[in-house]
Amino acid sequence: MFWQNIHCSICIGKNKGEGSKVFVYFLKRLVQSIIVLLFVVTATFLLMRIAPGSPFAAERKIPAKVEAALMKKYNLDGSLVDQYTSYLANLLKGNFGDSLKYEGRTVLEILAQAFPKSALVGGFSLVIALLLGIVLGSYAAIHHNELLDRLAMLLALLGICLPVFVIAPLLILIFAMQWNFLPVAGWGNLSHIILPVVCLSLPYGAYCARLMRTSMLDVLGQDFIRTAHAKGLSAQVVLYKHALRYAILPLVNYTGPLAAHLFTGSMIIEEIFKVPGMGSFFVNGVLNRDVFLVGGSVIVYCALLLTLNFVVDIINVYLDRRIQLW
Amino acid sequence: MFFRNFIFLIFIFVIGCNQRPAGVDFIFVNGDEPQSLDPAIISGQLDMRMAKALFEGLYTYGPDASIKPGIATHHDLSEDGLTYTFYLRSDATWSNGDKVTAYDFEKSWRRVLEPTTASKYSEIMYFIHNAEAYNKGELFDFKKVGIEALNELTFQVTLHSPAAYFQGLTAFATYLPVHLSTIKKYGDAWIKPEHMVSNGPYLLEDWRIKDRIRLKKNPNYWNAESVKFNRIDALATSSASTAFNLYETGQVDLILDKTMIPGMLMGELSEREDMHSYIYLGTYFFRMNMTRPFLQDSKVRKALALSVDKEKIVNKITRGGEQPARTFCTPGINKYQPPEGLGFDPEAASKLMSEAGYPNGEGFPRISILYNKSELNQQIAVELQAMWKEHLNIDIDLRLQEWATYLRSMDNLDYDIARSSWIGDYVDPNTFLDCFVTGRGNNRTGWSNPRYDALLEQANLNLDPVQRAELLKDAERILVEEDMPIIPVYHVAGKLLYRKNKLGGIQPNVLAEHPLQYLYWKE
Repeated sequence: MFWQNIHCSICIGKNKGEGSKVFVYFLKRLVQSIIVLLFVVTATFLLMRIAPGSPFAAERKIPAKVEAALMKKYNLDGSLVDQYTSYLANLLKGNFGDSLKYEGRTVLEILAQAFPKSALVGGFSLVIALLLGIVLGSYAAIHHNELLDRLAMLLALLGICLPVFVIAPLLILIFAMQWNFLPVAGWGNLSHIILPVVCLSLPYGAYCARLMRTSMLDVLGQDFIRTAHAKGLSAQVVLYKHALRYAILPLVNYTGPLAAHLFTGSMIIEEIFKVPGMGSFFVNGVLNRDVFLVGGSVIVYCALLLTLNFVVDIINVYLDRRIQLW
Repeated sequence: MFFRNFIFLIFIFVIGCNQRPAGVDFIFVNGDEPQSLDPAIISGQLDMRMAKALFEGLYTYGPDASIKPGIATHHDLSEDGLTYTFYLRSDATWSNGDKVTAYDFEKSWRRVLEPTTASKYSEIMYFIHNAEAYNKGELFDFKKVGIEALNELTFQVTLHSPAAYFQGLTAFATYLPVHLSTIKKYGDAWIKPEHMVSNGPYLLEDWRIKDRIRLKKNPNYWNAESVKFNRIDALATSSASTAFNLYETGQVDLILDKTMIPGMLMGELSEREDMHSYIYLGTYFFRMNMTRPFLQDSKVRKALALSVDKEKIVNKITRGGEQPARTFCTPGINKYQPPEGLGFDPEAASKLMSEAGYPNGEGFPRISILYNKSELNQQIAVELQAMWKEHLNIDIDLRLQEWATYLRSMDNLDYDIARSSWIGDYVDPNTFLDCFVTGRGNNRTGWSNPRYDALLEQANLNLDPVQRAELLKDAERILVEEDMPIIPVYHVAGKLLYRKNKLGGIQPNVLAEHPLQYLYWKE
């Protein structure tokens, strides 16, 4: 329902005054986002260039001339200011630069291959984590302090506490090695993403469940729920139509950063299951001093986070009429 | 009912999918994602493996690392051992149908030496007359470099000093020919599957980042009938346990990279029949910073070396068939018998420490071991720390740095003792001993001994193999018995995981050369 509402007010506006207010708000957010992005890109670039060690260093020492030629090739030979301005100018042209480690390939090309794979695994994980969180959390809240509540929360606690590098090999051992039911690792068809999605969604699903339970308990104790019950509405209607709408707010807020995190891939999961995603680019890029690849990964993550947070804010407005953004 | 059908469908789907890709004859784990496939650019072993499947040089390696004719059928060597004249076969073509000529080699080798190409391995060509000067931008006339195509099928190379191993070097990845007009047309993007023109046993069919490289048999390859597998997948992974899981479930036929066999399983694996471990051209050692005052006394360095129990490190930590090392050069280099080197003798060590003025470690400053992050390095550094405390009663700090920082610290001589390793490029002591010539980029110890430099130079000018070996031995004696700027710990073991009764055309060898073109399934 609220999607239709958003559509109405964004495109048409309930009245003329509100339409322009919405527009101004959008513009403000856009400018803010660009400033944040610029700040993050600057900080990343400078930190990467200040960090000791050359991106081309290897156990076998490369001749100084060769290193100088490489630095020149990638525009890393001038002063820090020159390097930074040329990087920024390239970014404005849509050129993210070349990878220093994977020579002959542009950052854009690498990200274009890797991001969709991480996003696919992350997307599925997000849906499962949210579903798991909402269902398990609401259920626990309704059956507050009963055995089922305790059980659900114990499960959630386990999900949060058990690290993926424990769960993943365990699942591989059972489903892939013993039962030979799923592939141990790799990429190619849907069967390959089942285990990574399960491993990735479990801890977040568990966290969402605890979040959902707390907030649902809070909402269920409020006056308007009592009123709804008093009106004679059925328990289902009270829960789905009135309570869920408000109880879900903290979860919605958490979804923004969570989605950005999941879409850009998890290094551990991708390594264990050999998912050719972008999860390891950030960490390995930093270790290799692959400044442009790190820059590109940071931009993708940051842009995603800003966009999703914006979407979350809009959703909030339509879930909770008390919130005023414009 | 619907639910049951649904589950059944999923089951069928999943089971149906748990299979190897259709049409692929052979799948192996190659290691991490290759950095490039351009022979002039690459520097890693796993990149070179792929390049050698795609391109063929003047000579190539057989599965036993023997030198076999490649694009060259034979060669003449001048009496002074300096001029090689290679005769090329006339039936070799590029994958686009062009003939492979001596001019291709001239242009490709020139490209490596061109300073703007920024080839990280160009040093491997410095044996060629004037190659170093040209590569360093000190000489601009390529005609003065000892590389010349005399005609389409005759290629002449002049060295600056005799090098008996040069024939084998022409099989090295940096010496592979490339198709220059393709590179001109596509620039850096020429290595992509849709652009690449190659002349080796295999063609690049597909390259998916961090997933796999798919090779397709090259029908135009001059020796195509000897190539058994039509399609090969080289998987990229950086996790040894993942590689091992894939192998154990039959998704992969061979693990070709030693780093892709899990270290924690080494104990059990070394007893299995499909584990093949062998000594190859690599040494794990520690560098000592000769600019540190307390390490300048050779007695201290010797004491440190004598109190390292290498047997214990090999048996307790590495456990994969490594050999304790007394010398820098590995065993198995033909005609070369390395010197005795120093063994484990804690009593002599403690005596030497007293002579150096540190009886029972008294007054010796706290020094540190620098190493880069890896479980193995950590374990060995901790073991050394314990050994030196036990035998010499000196205190050692551990200094962990991540890769790039660690390399910079070594380059700047900002360390006391640093873990290192060296992998030789060709089967000759020179590939090891050259590192420690005064001022070499790979020296990284500040050590310099004119006698050592002179011995190496004399050896490399000597045409008599026996005399040459003796000179090299004398040089290495200075390195590992007299001056000791390094402590050799063990000779690295190559490791392969494959079922010997099924897979043929592969065998462990000192160069760790396992050309894909010879692999076949035994009946």
